[in-house]
Amino acid sequence: MAPFVKIENLQYLTFGLGTELFAIPVMVVRDILDTLPVTEVPTARPFANGLINVRGRVVPLIDLRLKLGMPPATASVDTRFVVIETEVDGEIAHVALRTDKVYEVAEVDSVVSDEAPRLGMRWRPELIRAIGRRKNRFVMILDIGRVLSSAEASEH
Amino acid sequence: MSAEPVDIFRQEAEELFAQLETALLDLETTPDNRDLIATAFRALHTIKGSGAMFGFDALARFTHHVESAFDRVRSGEVKISSELIGVTLAARDHMRLLMEQPESVPPEFGAAILDELNRALAEPAPVAAPVPRSAAAPGPQAREAAPAAATGYRVRFTLPANALLTGTNPLALLQEMLELGEGRVRCDTSALPPLDGCDPERLHLSWEVELVTGQPESVVEDVFLFVRDETDLTITPLTAPSEPAPLPVVAAAPAVVKASPPAAAVAALQPAEAPSGGGSSASAAKPASEGVVKVNADRIDSLMNQVGELVIAQSRLKQIVHSGEDLSLLTLRAITEDIERLVAELRDTTMGIRMVPIGSLFSRFRRVVRDISRDLGKEVQLVTLGEDTELDKTVVEALSDPLVHLIRNAVDHGVESAAERLAAGKPAEGKVQLTAAHFGGQVLITVSDDGKGLDRERIRAKAEERGLLVPGAEVAESDLFELIFHPGFSTAGTVTSVSGRGVGMDVVKRTIDGLRGTIEIASRPGQGSCMTLRLPLTLAIIDGLLVRVGEGRYIVPLSVVDEIVELDEADNGQSETNNLLFIRDELVPFLRLRDLFGIRGAVPPYEKVVIVSAGERRIGLVVDYLLGDHQTVIKSLSRVHADVKCFSGATILGDGRVALILDIVHLIETARSGGTPPDGSG
Repeated sequence: MAPFVKIENLQYLTFGLGTELFAIPVMVVRDILDTLPVTEVPTARPFANGLINVRGRVVPLIDLRLKLGMPPATASVDTRFVVIETEVDGEIAHVALRTDKVYEVAEVDSVVSDEAPRLGMRWRPELIRAIGRRKNRFVMILDIGRVLSSAEASEH
Repeated sequence: MSAEPVDIFRQEAEELFAQLETALLDLETTPDNRDLIATAFRALHTIKGSGAMFGFDALARFTHHVESAFDRVRSGEVKISSELIGVTLAARDHMRLLMEQPESVPPEFGAAILDELNRALAEPAPVAAPVPRSAAAPGPQAREAAPAAATGYRVRFTLPANALLTGTNPLALLQEMLELGEGRVRCDTSALPPLDGCDPERLHLSWEVELVTGQPESVVEDVFLFVRDETDLTITPLTAPSEPAPLPVVAAAPAVVKASPPAAAVAALQPAEAPSGGGSSASAAKPASEGVVKVNADRIDSLMNQVGELVIAQSRLKQIVHSGEDLSLLTLRAITEDIERLVAELRDTTMGIRMVPIGSLFSRFRRVVRDISRDLGKEVQLVTLGEDTELDKTVVEALSDPLVHLIRNAVDHGVESAAERLAAGKPAEGKVQLTAAHFGGQVLITVSDDGKGLDRERIRAKAEERGLLVPGAEVAESDLFELIFHPGFSTAGTVTSVSGRGVGMDVVKRTIDGLRGTIEIASRPGQGSCMTLRLPLTLAIIDGLLVRVGEGRYIVPLSVVDEIVELDEADNGQSETNNLLFIRDELVPFLRLRDLFGIRGAVPPYEKVVIVSAGERRIGLVVDYLLGDHQTVIKSLSRVHADVKCFSGATILGDGRVALILDIVHLIETARSGGTPPDGSG
């Protein structure tokens, strides 16, 4: 599992998926966009079957709901694409994450656990790097590397 | 693009090295060809000269010896032998090393090569009294001759006033002379104008050197080899005593100085165009001629013309917009068409700049074949075809290593020894053939040999040993051959220096995959094997045919489209069962992209079949609608979609949406294997 990470001082972008609150380091975020026309990629894995045009760059769209094992949702006025720049299998790439709603950039108060508990999670715990707390709500800090890794993908 | 003089030198030197190599290899077959000898000599001469000019002193010194040796060949004194060619090739490699990383080359390497060179010249002992030779062509035997014959010379030289501008470095000349022996340098400042009339870029000094040396006069004159024509040079023998004791200085001139003070003065005068040794070696770290492209002048001319026309079109557009009147669609359309044409032309011309003939790569392989076949004691001839085939510069560069590997394999594993070949009724000399050709928007490169072919049993045994294959399993031949691309697979019984280390074929495969190409193996026992590489012409922009299937729009590379037919009702009912289409007496299998992509929804009444081909194989792709042609700027898919095999990339359409580019080679394989993708990714 992920080693202990000191995350108190890091800034996070928090966003919602269903009723849950998630966070990714703000360092990797490049864009937060309203929904764009999505081109479907036939034969691709369901959670990664979209491509969008971000200012002339073709960027894959990851449906985090599907990836995390949540039921899919239709787009709403709050739906945002969060474009991040990160390493995917050893190559720096831009990737967009579909989120239900983007909240804010914030510091996460404290680390509750540096390791996601295996029990009591409705969805795949191995994609969560740590759990923090923000204004009396739990925040799931995503392990982006694992979300995007191809080796991990077979389970979905 | 860098305009650093050192970089330009490196690039030119690379070409000269290539010229030299080609000439040497040609000389091996035609040892009496005077033109080739002259070419080799010229290359050596220029490398030495420019090398010294750009501060590659070690290179220049070493090359000087090789050049001297070749001068003897040129004068007919020494015959070309294969030994001489071999050692000269080794010297060439050493020279390249001296250019690329002079500091990391141990000097003994060079000395060993020179020793061998002297042996190859078959006259190792210095000849006491060589044939009288003209001073313009000094030979090594002349410089070795009679060490005690002359005791010294008084050398007086005046360089032309513009010498500094042309990059001549008087300091280097003086240093070179002082390396020949002990000497005193006197700088003649009599021509120096008063300070306010002094132009720092002009040379007003001349020098007189009293040199005590055992070397003959021609060697001293040789120092001025590159400036001989412009230099006012007089060399007179000294009549001083023969022991190389400190010379009694002739005190005639007012300023008698040692070597260093004038050197400092010269250093201050040195123009920027002639970088000194220290300055150039600082920037010498990067690999030679990287990032420099040679472009035909007429390509640049047409680029200029097209840009000019584009500027005119743009100002016309601006004028119409600003005039505020007559904004008729018709005028706009005319300009749009103009711009469209110009952009297409500009695209082609710009792409053309990136295109280089593959011949430059091929010529390198002659050496590879020569060296390996010598190492292995085989007789192998390399035949190359299609050197003019142009492809993207980056592709050519990336191909170098994989091709070297394939050629090595062909010589090492493919071609048998002469005895085996004769026993099999083949000519003793094996043949490795390298061809390149354009083929339907792709470049086809083949490496074939007439050797024994791939050893099926050995591959099978190895694969079973490595656990890649279930023992005794039925495997199609092509699948069996595919196994050699598996990492860590090597069939060579013993590891030789040439191949058999088990790294390589998988790397070859990866490199070719990275270039969006494919590699195929064909082999017949006893007759040889053939590796076929298919590569895209370019990596950037293609002409595409835009098609629609359901809601999705896809690009078919126009270069692979043969024809388009309608999938009519009658034929459809029949072809439903067997996925085959009759086109002019030919059965063509077809794929329904709808089914392959899992697209639901109403099927339009008139589906179209786009017939595409790659090489010999033709298939049909059933689509809903044809939307027309599209200039496709290729954007590669990220690693997130590494598992998606049906598409080779994506592009952005006029409305800003993304469209996927169909990977025709993969689709053809899918269709040929009966509609299910070979890797199950469908």
